[in-house]
Amino acid sequence: MFTSPRRPMPTQAPAGAAAAVAAASVEAYPRIVATLIRVTGDWSLAEDCAQESLTAALERWPADGVPANPGGWLMTVARNRAIDVLRRATVERRKLHDLALLTPDEASPEPEVGQDVVDDRLRLIFTCCHPALAIEARVALTLRTVCGVPTADIARLLLVSESTMTRRLTRARTRITQAGIPYRVPSGPALTERLPGVLAVLYLLFTRGYVADGEPAFADEAVRLARLLDRLMPEQSEVAALLALFLFHHSRRDARRDAAGTLLTLHRQDRDRWDRAAIAEGLATLDRVRHDGPYAWQARIAACHATAVSVDDTDWPTIARAYDALADLRPSPVIALNRAVAHGYAYGPAVGLALLDAARAGGGLGGYPLAVAVEADLVARQGDRLRAASLFREAAAAVASTAERRALLGRADELAG
Amino acid sequence: MKFMMFVCSDAEPDTDPTELPDIHKWVAENDSRGRRLTGDALAPTSAATTVRVRGGELLVSEGPFAETAEVIVGFDLLDCADLDEAIEVARTHPMAREGRLELRPFADLPD
Repeated sequence: MFTSPRRPMPTQAPAGAAAAVAAASVEAYPRIVATLIRVTGDWSLAEDCAQESLTAALERWPADGVPANPGGWLMTVARNRAIDVLRRATVERRKLHDLALLTPDEASPEPEVGQDVVDDRLRLIFTCCHPALAIEARVALTLRTVCGVPTADIARLLLVSESTMTRRLTRARTRITQAGIPYRVPSGPALTERLPGVLAVLYLLFTRGYVADGEPAFADEAVRLARLLDRLMPEQSEVAALLALFLFHHSRRDARRDAAGTLLTLHRQDRDRWDRAAIAEGLATLDRVRHDGPYAWQARIAACHATAVSVDDTDWPTIARAYDALADLRPSPVIALNRAVAHGYAYGPAVGLALLDAARAGGGLGGYPLAVAVEADLVARQGDRLRAASLFREAAAAVASTAERRALLGRADELAG
Repeated sequence: MKFMMFVCSDAEPDTDPTELPDIHKWVAENDSRGRRLTGDALAPTSAATTVRVRGGELLVSEGPFAETAEVIVGFDLLDCADLDEAIEVARTHPMAREGRLELRPFADLPD
């Protein structure tokens, strides 16, 4: 359900109070948590108080009306709650003093202004994505704490029960404190070292949303996070490259399946259904990318696809060159396979098949159904329809996703028919 | 915050041919900055003795707790601001490449 509250605040009327709470929480929740963590150093306290402010809003707003500054209202309630808890604990005198220093200005910041807010959000992202946390913990913690996604929704998306997810999040927060993970954005060379780890979490989120049987909500969150990170670190061009890459892929979200839900390859997608606004934003973002990192090359490849009117019209030589660069920078079996595809379109199926042989000889593609599908496509374009059909069936038998299997069997039937 | 850094052997050491950092320089550097409180190398596990008391009876046996391929060969007691600083200290230790290092914070138990 967490994709719905992204719209602007709908109404001041009591009937819209629940929607208003949901809408306000998206921006306010992470900011409240970030501020309370900075001041108290206590992740669990921060999350609990932020949550309680939302509960209070759900009780009060229907009767009292939505306040003029919903985010500020939530922050004040959360802060007062934190003061209560700490006062009862009494041992935390210094923290209590710090908390009292939270001026009303700081407690109700205007959205997206002020260096404190920027720093808090960045600190939160870098801490949630610290390499000393397991990757699953990083993903869950980022969704909960940075994106404000409710625990129940994260549990549903990651296919575990809500109580399991609650325990995992609690363990991750405890680990941050116990292991001594600092609440800080690394500086200098450390930032360069740590940023790829943060981008890897975003990339994983996006792919979970983008894979055939995935949850599109993940991709929406990844795009939002990449936009946020790009706004917070405009000087980091690899962030812009990742955002551009997401936007190009995301632009095809409505065109990727037919009415029956079957996954469509680029060849078959109705390009009129691609999201032109997302592509335009992607191109403008890519325009700021001046370096040659792995996401930059991937974004340039995606841009070639996004701006082509058809598969044949696509600038395949440019894509082939980008895959050459990627294969040098980040050699992997999948890159080698995609490189064979690109060269196959740019310079003919024989060239593609030769590179596919080389990629297979490099190892790592045995039992990978997509490699068989690529071979099938190249063989089909060489004119051997029967052999291509049999290869598509072989690939279909090996894929795990139903949507992909249907797509591959469809190609086989066409060629054999 | 205090960390016990266990220095362990590893079945797959670094294959990078560049020269390993000098352990004496590492000790001098971190001692002078107050980030290393003490530390030493340990005798091989063949010299280890395990002690237990069960039902009032003292049981002394030869050898380490468990026979494993990776063994603790030394330790350093670090005093760092946080995990990131401890990682910075650990990464420049020669055994980060020849073996592996485990950073264990002290338990924050009430007095």
